[in-house]
Amino acid sequence: MFKILGKEFLASQVFRYLIEAPDIARKALPGHFVIIRLDEVGERIPITISDTDPATGTLTFFVQAVGKTSLEMSLMSVGDFILDVVGPLGNPSEIDLFGTVVLVGGGFGIAAIHPIARALTQAGNKTISILGAQTKERVILEEEMKNASTEVHVVTDDGSYGTKGRVTNILQSMIEKEEPIDRVIAIGPLVMMKAVADLTRPYGIATLVSLNPIMIDGTGMCGACRVTVGGEMKFACVDGPEFDGHAVDFEGLLNRLKSYVPEETEAKEKYLQDTGGACRHVETSRAT
Amino acid sequence: MDKKSQPKGNKKPRTSAPEQNPDERKKNFKEVSLGYSPAMAQLEASRCIQCKKPKCVIGCPVRVAIPDFIKQVAEGDFLEAARIIKESNALPAVTGRVCPQEDQCEKHCVIGIKGEPLAIGKLERFVADYERLHREVDVVEIEPSTGKKIAIIGAGPAGLAAAGDLAKWGHEVVIFEALHKPGGVLFYGIPEFRLPKEILEAELDYLKRLGVKIKVNYVIGKIKSLDELMHEDGFNAVFIGTGAGLPYFLDIPGENLNGVYSANEFLTRINLMHAWEFPVFDTPIHNHKTFAVIGGGNTALDAARTALRLPTTEKVMLLYRRSREELPARLEEVEHAEAEGIEFQFLVSPLEVQGAKGWVSEIVCQKMELGELDSSGRKYPHPVKEGPFSLKADALIIALGSGVNPLIAKSASDLKTNTQGHIELADPDINLTSRPGVFAGGDIVTGAATVISAMGAGKSAALGIHRYVMEIKT
Ligand SMILES: Cc1cc2nc3c(=O)[nH]c(=O)nc-3n(C[C@H](O)[C@H](O)[C@H](O)COP(=O)(O)OP(=O)(O)OC[C@H]3O[C@@H](n4cnc5c(N)ncnc54)[C@H](O)[C@@H]3O)c2cc1C
Ligand SMILES: Cc1cc2nc3c(=O)[nH]c(=O)nc-3n(C[C@H](O)[C@H](O)[C@H](O)COP(=O)(O)OP(=O)(O)OC[C@H]3O[C@@H](n4cnc5c(N)ncnc54)[C@H](O)[C@@H]3O)c2cc1C
Ligand code: SF4
Ligand code: SF4
Ligand code: FES
Repeated sequence: MFKILGKEFLASQVFRYLIEAPDIARKALPGHFVIIRLDEVGERIPITISDTDPATGTLTFFVQAVGKTSLEMSLMSVGDFILDVVGPLGNPSEIDLFGTVVLVGGGFGIAAIHPIARALTQAGNKTISILGAQTKERVILEEEMKNASTEVHVVTDDGSYGTKGRVTNILQSMIEKEEPIDRVIAIGPLVMMKAVADLTRPYGIATLVSLNPIMIDGTGMCGACRVTVGGEMKFACVDGPEFDGHAVDFEGLLNRLKSYVPEETEAKEKYLQDTGGACRHVETSRAT
Repeated sequence: MDKKSQPKGNKKPRTSAPEQNPDERKKNFKEVSLGYSPAMAQLEASRCIQCKKPKCVIGCPVRVAIPDFIKQVAEGDFLEAARIIKESNALPAVTGRVCPQEDQCEKHCVIGIKGEPLAIGKLERFVADYERLHREVDVVEIEPSTGKKIAIIGAGPAGLAAAGDLAKWGHEVVIFEALHKPGGVLFYGIPEFRLPKEILEAELDYLKRLGVKIKVNYVIGKIKSLDELMHEDGFNAVFIGTGAGLPYFLDIPGENLNGVYSANEFLTRINLMHAWEFPVFDTPIHNHKTFAVIGGGNTALDAARTALRLPTTEKVMLLYRRSREELPARLEEVEHAEAEGIEFQFLVSPLEVQGAKGWVSEIVCQKMELGELDSSGRKYPHPVKEGPFSLKADALIIALGSGVNPLIAKSASDLKTNTQGHIELADPDINLTSRPGVFAGGDIVTGAATVISAMGAGKSAALGIHRYVMEIKT
């Protein structure tokens, strides 16, 4: 049992959680994730660890309420318990002195990119973070990202904040200005990561993406998380989740992510009915 | 019938155990075989001729004292029979159900030469079930505390068997298990209709009464390394029983289509995550109509028969590249599967998975024929001249066996492994690895094998660990 010590509403449908998990907190590094299961009938879902405090034995992560499990979690309160938290899983992000690193974070991907940016900055890199969101309300962790990186750019689809457009616009203009870029790390929606990889490929800029296939065990046992990278089958939970963005078969992964859409929709709708519209609750639970 | 013409012990036919009717059982997840009644067990036990040099025992990897326990069954002392079995076999209710008896104990039973061998497995199961239902709350005898701490990694049969013995000898035992439920393959792999979870729960309860602690959600190699367990957490010895859980795929086109599952994924969704009870449980399994299952071992059969039991399934085909004779699965399961209506297609090997809109639609296959013997002593399958053919299916389950999970070896570079990643033993008699104080056994050492051999390895490692921590010289 893992106690929820803190919960905060950030942007539409994104919540920050502080969880008591001392053993994991001691071990987790930037790039690691956990798998959580809320209760006896729950499913196992992977969530990136965004921050740890080994001294107090806590983990921070961000969850976007998109389906049954994440919605249910958005209704849990401080003091409640999560039944299972397994981790740290996956390989940590490679932290080294690369020179200039561009970090692209989209949506709740910003939460995953934050610890990596901080570690890379500490390692002496020049870190340029590009944060993308649909609208102003959805930009999360801007302050934290400013503290963690050398430079921050914000982009919104509708131009309600920062530059109007896409994260790739900024990256493109940097490349056009021939600013030196030694490495790009992109975490966010699959289409965004694909666009970033497509942009940097012709220039041969090393680009890492963090893949989010459907997972069950997270230990390499089931093969549900398999993705094709450079023509080879890889298991994202043990071989990743970060991979060379230029070698990833994004189409294949996009297709596999659709496997359970009808069932997920059924579960979500049933859940919303049973709870009398959790969505409304999500939007109004700012106070918690 | 006059006395003379009545068949003597060994000529009597084998006592059959009642089973759920195939048409009924293929719609439910309840156990297929219902087991002997006490009278049936005694009747069957009376067929044993109590050999002076019992061959059956040689066939059993852990050397259960078969004639001795059978004698007690014949005489009606079932609890004494249970005690005798448990001297060498920690989980008889499990092995009685899942051992490939026709290749082990029963294969060597002398009365099988002329007639049918004694139903040793069914008797073992009966005795264990009887004991579970009738034992008084047992006073477990535990030796005085030794003050030694032992870590067991992996709660499969190897780890559970090691834990039981070590706890009885007075050691403090902690099992670390990666999943949220202990049991290993017994929990996430072998389905309810073959091994009811209730039996496993009873065995786990017994371990807990012995004082064994089980920490679930603990992936060793990630949350703790071997070094940390031994140097920081004060464990005097470690047993690694992490199994062979890494699924093999076919390496043919189309394997990433939706509707293609490893047997591990498919069985885990059902057994561990209860996907067949979706949406009461949150983990779904897609509604398929026609399944093709590739493989011929217990895993393939379990996957096929599980698929058959899902509500929307209309047809399940099992594609195996050799013939029925070479099927590595337990014979009883093959017969059960046939009776339930699994369509076996022998001498068939898949070439490609074709899809429509991202989902499996057809399996392109090659017909095979058997040729010369290979290194395993089985006839090797070769493609026949005729070209490929297609089978329509909307789901494909791949059950080709599995390799070992590299997580632990990755985190402990001084642990010797072979080219396939199996942990190498420095002393196989006591399952000691290349590293002092670290022992290993079960599928992680041998590759995918059997429940009873994993338990046997767990027990011999337990003895090695006991001697090591107590500094007993041999
Ligand atoms: C390594 C890894 C790290 C992740 N980190 C985070 C994180 O930090 N915060 C967070 O909110 N989510 C994260 N995810 C995604 C998260 O696991 C899914 O959003 C979650 O499974 C949704 O569960 P649900 O029941 O709420 O929604 P579901 O009902 O399962 O799904 C709702 C919608 O989300 C889509 N979806 C399902 N699974 C995934 C997935 N794995 N990735 C993307 N979309 C998916 C479905 O297609 C559907 O449209 C991560 C995934 C991986 C593999
Ligand atoms: C579907 C199926 C059906 C089978 N049917 C039969 C049968 O009928 N008869 C028979 O004799 N055999 C059968 N087998 C084979 C048999 O189950 C195995 O040989 C046996 O379970 C091996 O036992 P084990 O203890 O070595 O490993 P496992 O049972 O695999 O258990 C290993 C455990 O270790 C855990 N683990 C792995 N890595 C870590 C880690 N890093 N940290 C912590 N925990 C970890 C795993 O989660 C797992 O619980 C079958 C196998 C399968 C898959
Ligand atoms: S443990 Fe298995 S092989 Fe040994 S006697 Fe029992 S059923 Fe036979
Ligand atoms: S070989 Fe057969 S008949 Fe002989 S003791 Fe063993 S079970 Fe009995
Ligand atoms: S989640 Fe099962 S192998 Fe990766």
